[in-house]
Amino acid sequence: MGAKEENGDGGGIRPPIEQEISKELDTNMKKYLRGEGANLEILKDKKLKGQLALREELYGKSAKAAAKVEKWLMPSEGGYLEAEGVEKTWQIKQEAIAREVDILSSRNQYDIVLPELGPYTLDFTSSGRYMAAAGRKGHLAVVDMKNMNLIKEIQVRETVRDVVFLHNELFFAAAQKKYPYIYNRDGTELHCLKEHGAVLKLQFLRNHFLLVSINKFGQLRYQDVTMGEIVGNFRTGLGRTDVMRVNPFNGVVSLGHSGGTVTMWKPTTAAPLIKMLCHQGPVSALAFHPNGHLMATSGKECKIKIWDLRKYEVLQTLPGHAKTLDFSQKGLLAVGTGSFVQILGDFSGSHNYSRYMGNSMVKGYQIGKVSFRPYEDVLGIGHSMGWSSILVPGSGEPNFDSWVANPFETSKQRREKEVRSLLDKLPPETIMLNPSKIGTVREAKKKEKPTKQEREAEMEAAVEAVKGFVWKNKTKGRNKPSKKAKKKQELVAKAKRPFLDQQLKGEQSLSTKKQKLSEEVELPASLQRFARKKPTA
Amino acid sequence: MKVKVISRSTDEFTRERSQDLQRVYHNYDPNLRPQEKAVEYVRALTAAKLEKIFARPFIGALDGHRDGVSCMAKNPNYLKGFFSGSMDGDIRLWDIANRRTVCQYSGHQGAVRGLTVSTDGRILVSCGTDCTVKLWNVPVATLTDSDDSTDNSSEPLAVYVWKNAFWAVDHQWEGDLFATAGAQVDIWNHNRSQPINSFQWGTDTVISVRFNPAEPNVLATTASDRSITLYDLRMSSPARKVIMRTKSNSISWNPMEPMNFTAANEDCNCYSYDSRKLDEAKCVHMGHESAVMDIDYSPTGREFVTGSYDRTIRIFQYNGGRSREIYHTKRMQRVFCVKFSCDASYVISGSDDTNLRLWKAKASEQLGVLHPREQRKHAYHEAVKNRYKHLPEIKRIVRHRHLPKPIYKAASLRRTMMEAERRKAERRKAHSAPGSIVTEPVRKRRIIKEVE
Repeated sequence: MGAKEENGDGGGIRPPIEQEISKELDTNMKKYLRGEGANLEILKDKKLKGQLALREELYGKSAKAAAKVEKWLMPSEGGYLEAEGVEKTWQIKQEAIAREVDILSSRNQYDIVLPELGPYTLDFTSSGRYMAAAGRKGHLAVVDMKNMNLIKEIQVRETVRDVVFLHNELFFAAAQKKYPYIYNRDGTELHCLKEHGAVLKLQFLRNHFLLVSINKFGQLRYQDVTMGEIVGNFRTGLGRTDVMRVNPFNGVVSLGHSGGTVTMWKPTTAAPLIKMLCHQGPVSALAFHPNGHLMATSGKECKIKIWDLRKYEVLQTLPGHAKTLDFSQKGLLAVGTGSFVQILGDFSGSHNYSRYMGNSMVKGYQIGKVSFRPYEDVLGIGHSMGWSSILVPGSGEPNFDSWVANPFETSKQRREKEVRSLLDKLPPETIMLNPSKIGTVREAKKKEKPTKQEREAEMEAAVEAVKGFVWKNKTKGRNKPSKKAKKKQELVAKAKRPFLDQQLKGEQSLSTKKQKLSEEVELPASLQRFARKKPTA
Repeated sequence: MKVKVISRSTDEFTRERSQDLQRVYHNYDPNLRPQEKAVEYVRALTAAKLEKIFARPFIGALDGHRDGVSCMAKNPNYLKGFFSGSMDGDIRLWDIANRRTVCQYSGHQGAVRGLTVSTDGRILVSCGTDCTVKLWNVPVATLTDSDDSTDNSSEPLAVYVWKNAFWAVDHQWEGDLFATAGAQVDIWNHNRSQPINSFQWGTDTVISVRFNPAEPNVLATTASDRSITLYDLRMSSPARKVIMRTKSNSISWNPMEPMNFTAANEDCNCYSYDSRKLDEAKCVHMGHESAVMDIDYSPTGREFVTGSYDRTIRIFQYNGGRSREIYHTKRMQRVFCVKFSCDASYVISGSDDTNLRLWKAKASEQLGVLHPREQRKHAYHEAVKNRYKHLPEIKRIVRHRHLPKPIYKAASLRRTMMEAERRKAERRKAHSAPGSIVTEPVRKRRIIKEVE
């Protein structure tokens, strides 16, 4: 196996506390090992075997060190909610939670009422510090969530259907009535992306710097925001849809269609990678778990399904409508319908989602979008009367990594991070269903021989191409029709030749095989009577 | 009910004063880092490209000699001091850092064939084709004071004349004996004008001699009868001999694994042997297109540098079959001697065009004192490049070396010849009775026999 364990005192009996600790560390270590160790027994090359064995040992050591850091050095503990007595967790109201929690956290629970400007959508930056809110009637706002500071708000006087942050809080893209626009933090319009058309939904792939959009006609477009080139432009062929989500684990974009199918796309192929029939009615919402193995879809036929993306099968079906779905960093699922938000959690570890919390808002509020705030135990809800935020203990990752996303970033750190992430920008070819395939050995593809029909079709195509050639009429008496006809015949024969050669080759090899077979059956004369004769008639 | 929510106070997570460092927190959870393999791959690609951009191995040339450089010696006690002897008898002491001659000795009448420095670094021993061994004083004081370049031609401490021309000389690593190679191997003491001991096996000239770094009494020599002989000073006769198909021009002991040595052979390969088991080479290092003239190990024992008649220098890994690096210049003609500097960072080559050239051992290394952050970044780049160096895009960049046209052509010609030979041998084997033709591994093929 991959990990070799180091015994500090070289074996012997250790006190029970130490044993417990080491067992805990071992279970935690698995997370950091990133899969099974390599099987080195099949290698014959001794040098390579030695080098790889050394590397496997190093992996074990680093996993152990990471497990130790996790146990002892993390600054924050996660949130939790435990009901006592007869009480159940989903019966606990937000006001009760706000009463028990400290002042700083209770400030995270609020309702912002903006009735005139339409249903609101939200987006958070990857560190959870900034939020962009967009109202349907043209209201765009960027808010600093730490101090509830409104950084900038603008009124674009057009319908805005979606808003998404680019790589940091300085840039955001808004899908407006005719085209998507990119704005600066100061509200200046930087770009008008005319190629995209009337966009319904936008998503941003952070590692690849790709802005993905799906427009009214069902066209999917990928644009690289660093250089501005359109990387992919596909007609999905499945009609208008406004359900689009990026799987953060592998960068694959998935769309939910009105036929109940969910398709997954990558920027380098024109056909979807996967097409799965998920629901009997149209798909209304889609969400991905951050570890990339779970997908939640909801259909208009009142079902919410949880899928395993490794085997593409349903793990759990829940009854209920869902206008919007979102997974939190810790795996809690928020389902928003009408004016009610339900939060489901998987507590047994066996992918069995059950009710955890619920929150019903004022009757008139129609929920448009739910979005968990990264690194905080907060759920942002965008609805028809503005936006709200509620506390969901245990939903956010308590310990952030400063090099990945830092909610306490200074402007210098932000600039450095921008430069670093640009240097590490992934090319669009690295988007694949299984991202850990990079660096592994590619399986030898068995070349499939084209069938007879395919070969004939190819030959016909080649002949057609030649026949369609337009001849230039020669002058000075060289334009004889007989010569033209002869030339045409020559060209058609030339086009057919490679296919006929291939056929001949195939037949030759067949005939030699037959000869060989027949030769093997040649027995000496004395044994002829024991040769197996072919059955007559 | 029991409830707790994540609440981070700004004071805990930001620095107190502007003089403090920014606080950094780590969470090594792989879920926070999606597509980490792709990111590493992109970093490896960038690292490979950067390495090629910064690969400028040539530092400078030391000119001064008036004829081709025939031999060099390292000063074991002083990093900057290098000695070189030329074909017209000139011996110079160089300050490598300032690239100038510190001291020029009057030298020999004919070519200087061998140079070596005593253990304490104060006496230089030189031998030449004029049948003399001369001992010189190494001026330690003038080495340190670098403003004054004194061109004083100092006189030798001692001149010992003997019967035949000398081909090489080497000093014990710890002791005060040195050995010369000529018609036979002679062992000398500094104070005696005649050799105290003499070894001979066969009647052929001994071309080079090297003492073992760990065992002061063991030495290895190569002779023009294509043999490599091991001697022990405590015994009265030579110990072991291995005869190969072609002559070895030079050998070098691995300073970190002193039982192994590598021989630079005329057939363009270098053969590494374990001195305890001479019937089979440990490793065959292929790469040069013409005879390998000189070889020297790095003090780390992990790589060695070879200079060859085909005007290139190659750096090999101690256990690798192919060279890691190749250095060439239009102006550098046949390379006769190479040395690795004592801090394993530089390679010095002496060639036929009267110049000594100073090169970096790692072509894209940043010289000078590095900030710890820079060191860590270089180490990271190295590690991430090694992890993905087998993938085609990165392999193409890492392996690529520009070769001058004649060497490239010679290499492809040699490759076709070897391929043709190999194919013919394969066919001969396939068409003969199974078991009648036995293919010998390359490690054994070039050895004729081992003699006790």
